[in-house]
Amino acid sequence: MHIPDGFIDGKTAATTAALSAIGVGMALRQVKRELPPRKIPLLGLAAAFLFVAQMVNFPVAGGTSGHLIGGVLVAALLGPSAAVVVVTTVLIVQCLLFADGGVTALGANIFNMAIIDSVGGYAMYRLICRCIGGNGGRVTAIAFAGWFSVVLAAISCAGQLAWSGTVGWAAGFPAMAAVHMLIGIGEGLIGALVFLAIQRTRPDLISDAAQVQKPEGWGELARYGLLATLGAAIFVAPFACPWPDGLERLAQKLGFAGKAAKHLFPALAPDYQTPGVHWAEGATALAGVVGALVVFVLAWLLGRLLVPANREES
Amino acid sequence: MSSRWLNHHHAPPLSAMHRLPAALKLGLGFAIIVGTVLAPARWTGWYAGVLALLIVAWAMSRIPAMFLMKRVLALSPFVLGVTLVNALQTSHRGQGLVVGAKSALCLLTVILVSNTTPFSQILRVLKKVRVPGLLITTIALMHRYLFVLGDEASRMHRARLSRTFTSAHRVRWQAFATVVSQLFVRASERAERIYDAMCARGWK
Repeated sequence: MHIPDGFIDGKTAATTAALSAIGVGMALRQVKRELPPRKIPLLGLAAAFLFVAQMVNFPVAGGTSGHLIGGVLVAALLGPSAAVVVVTTVLIVQCLLFADGGVTALGANIFNMAIIDSVGGYAMYRLICRCIGGNGGRVTAIAFAGWFSVVLAAISCAGQLAWSGTVGWAAGFPAMAAVHMLIGIGEGLIGALVFLAIQRTRPDLISDAAQVQKPEGWGELARYGLLATLGAAIFVAPFACPWPDGLERLAQKLGFAGKAAKHLFPALAPDYQTPGVHWAEGATALAGVVGALVVFVLAWLLGRLLVPANREES
Repeated sequence: MSSRWLNHHHAPPLSAMHRLPAALKLGLGFAIIVGTVLAPARWTGWYAGVLALLIVAWAMSRIPAMFLMKRVLALSPFVLGVTLVNALQTSHRGQGLVVGAKSALCLLTVILVSNTTPFSQILRVLKKVRVPGLLITTIALMHRYLFVLGDEASRMHRARLSRTFTSAHRVRWQAFATVVSQLFVRASERAERIYDAMCARGWK
């Protein structure tokens, strides 16, 4: 998902760079405030770990292979702000040293993978942890949040490419979303297995992480959420959202309905049979929701299946 | 486990390109990349000029051509993919080629600069342009231990290969997760030792 140079035009590069600078600045301040000095070298080592873990390929169905992105895993282990710093570091080194991901696209890549992926996924992780308690809940949360984060990042990436005029939204969005809905399954599964394996060998590392995740962490998440929403409003909403069109439609309907108020309900029903474009959008949304539900059930089963065997350690 | 990322080209150490000041190389590289990204498609002169400059830089750097080719090929599947997708849509064909050309030029620039500039000098330049200290520390530590952890991962990989010869999928996933988790555990143990060592040397 590393966007190379040339795929993003000036305005997109400048906007994403500004958003990422704000996000990374927030993360650095938060890390300085709450991370004990003892843990500072861990940031660098976690970044090196993530880089190496991303190079180890795992098999995906059909003979292809994928690799871990790991934002959610790091966020669950070290906290969201630390994860932003760690993933940003990985991206900077990949860009400057290995030419993986463009220099002008660095802002966009940081926004997608360090902020949207890690923090968005982490918010989902916390939400599920709250809803399903216990260790099984945590495993479910990591698995689903891993999948969710990859899909979110892919959608944001598709939005930036479309805003730059490189790959049209109509072609880019379904391709990116569909491919990453598959890749995300691997991400979720690996994330959950790695989390369990760490818990087996060094449970103290996980409980350290739990101490960082204080309840007031939600305010921190809200700030990132604001930033992510701003980004989404800029490069995803213009394409994804049929609002201007929809509002016009609604106004027409209301105008029509106002004239013939008695026929409101009978008149609305045939109107729902909108032209094919809207059907296609509805179908895409429906496919997304169904996909998410299926993955959630799989994640939940994973949590149920894997955890009883490990209950004595937890 | 592919270790192609870790093969960096640093010999011969003192070509003319290596001796140029790092700030100059990075600044010029950045200017070339930004200029190339912003240049409209019809500025063919700009692209030709950048290409000529890059060829001169390559000749000065004495990096083997094969090495450069391999790096570009390893990194370009995404570029090729998008160029192909655009080439299939007739209305976008020209644009796809322009995007491909732009990213190839930028890619070459980054590869040439990063392979002729020691990382410590890149960090010094970053510090000069006011990148926050915590980020610099993290980047420096990451770069220092990247290769150590990479070696550790390939040792674990070799050890696993020598012990098991099944490749059932379930086992493979499990084995992969074990390797990754062990890598994290070892990284955090090392981080603790590094912290002690840094304190002993007066770091604060």
